[in-house]
Amino acid sequence: MDYTLVVALEMIRAIAWLVLLASGLAIIFGMMRIINFAHGEFLMLGGYTVVISTNAGVNEWVSILILAPVVVGVFGIIVERLVIQRLYGRILDSLLATWGLSMLMMGGVTMIFGNTVQGVSTPFGGMKIGAYQVPIYNFVLIGFAVLVLVAIWCVLKFTKAGLIARATMQNADMAEALGIRTRWVYMTTFGIGSAITGLAGGLLAPVTGVVPTMGMNLVGQSFITVITGGASVIAGTLSSATLLGTISQGVTFLTGPVYGDAALLVTALVLLRLLPQGITGRIFKRSL
Amino acid sequence: MSHLLEVSGLSAAYGLVPALHRVDFHADRGEVVGILGHNGMGKTTLMRAIMGYVKVTGGEIRFEDTSVLGQPVNARARAGIGLVPQGRQIFPNLSVEENLQVGIPGKAAVVAQTVEEMLELFPRLKRLLDRRGGALSGGEQQLLALARCLCRRPKLMLLDEPTEGIQPSIIDEISETLAALTQKVDITIVLVEQNLEFIAGLSKRVYAISNGVLEKEIPRAELTDSRSVSAFMGFTA
Repeated sequence: MDYTLVVALEMIRAIAWLVLLASGLAIIFGMMRIINFAHGEFLMLGGYTVVISTNAGVNEWVSILILAPVVVGVFGIIVERLVIQRLYGRILDSLLATWGLSMLMMGGVTMIFGNTVQGVSTPFGGMKIGAYQVPIYNFVLIGFAVLVLVAIWCVLKFTKAGLIARATMQNADMAEALGIRTRWVYMTTFGIGSAITGLAGGLLAPVTGVVPTMGMNLVGQSFITVITGGASVIAGTLSSATLLGTISQGVTFLTGPVYGDAALLVTALVLLRLLPQGITGRIFKRSL
Repeated sequence: MSHLLEVSGLSAAYGLVPALHRVDFHADRGEVVGILGHNGMGKTTLMRAIMGYVKVTGGEIRFEDTSVLGQPVNARARAGIGLVPQGRQIFPNLSVEENLQVGIPGKAAVVAQTVEEMLELFPRLKRLLDRRGGALSGGEQQLLALARCLCRRPKLMLLDEPTEGIQPSIIDEISETLAALTQKVDITIVLVEQNLEFIAGLSKRVYAISNGVLEKEIPRAELTDSRSVSAFMGFTA
């Protein structure tokens, strides 16, 4: 019974992990159709912000919840103004440009901080479930994954800004004719997507530690989750994270982490063969 | 008194390909000006140039005595120019209600009040409020496009082929609604069309456009006589 509970908790944590990794990208790629290949480095930047500021004496939660999203959000806005704004509608060009940005960020961080793993302590310690020890921080990750999805849903569904963002991403020319400053909408949306990515990087830093190349390990999972989910930001991310997280974690428990990662890839491949537009291209079509 | 919209010597091009040649016309407050032409003659380009989508290579566009050249599309919209584009351009994944709400400036109460007014004007949209824009018929989409444009209370409405691909009953409804609108509201309409009956029924003045050149005004009395229009346009009677 205890083991079942621990396995279930780990599956939910794996789902939350994928939700956190993919939510910012779901906005930037899913909504805006920009292939941000530097997404992993945006996560890395959030992680470094937490490690550096915490080691400098800033409260760890202030670093995670405020500094990481603000720093990466502002960085995202600068990137959007300097690079991305010229690449809307040019998917391949955006891929190449952000790939270059990814290498630049990796190289820059390596030069400044070195190629060693740095970290901060994981808050809260652990709790016992029968004979097993479970990190309490897992519940924090699960809670924030839920919070991020609910917050995005509320903003898109119930606010004027969310409505304007959805309209602009569907037909920017028409949105302009309705008096909407679409350049500003694009910039803000990219900034918010980046800020969510920064928050995710900050939340993951106590678990993974930070190293300049950490983004390479995370960007694949993020893209697989978003592409498998399809165009809907919330329903797509949630459905694919649930499916992929459950299967990969289940296989991990049965065999090992290598097979777990392989199971995630195989599931994504099969799904995309059956549902080329992603899960929300076939079901939950009307969902956000 | 100055004109609400004054277009003078307007030339426009798509890259190196010229599309409009020294177009001159004006629209006064409260009037409906029609522009009649075949496909590919420059009607839509003229609308898009006034709205700011197409690069202007010469001439001037003045709205309320101010040049709008160099202003982005959104600034022209906020100044009071509205567009109902060819093909409607409804936001397909937004509901009808959201399509109406998206362009309305102001607080929630103002938005709700404006949507209510539009539903009075276009009662057919009432039962469709929760429907996705992309799921509507062509006629319903055209009504929605009109209502969406009017939600911003434009002083000038550019109407690009509103009858294209629309069933006759809806064309009649659009015609009646626009006629009633011009009586009730101080709005100026520039209408480009191929449908002679529709344009003749609404417009005070009608010009013919051919190969990017705005020909002389077609006298109103001759609009009902298709043979006369043929002389201007080369239409078959």
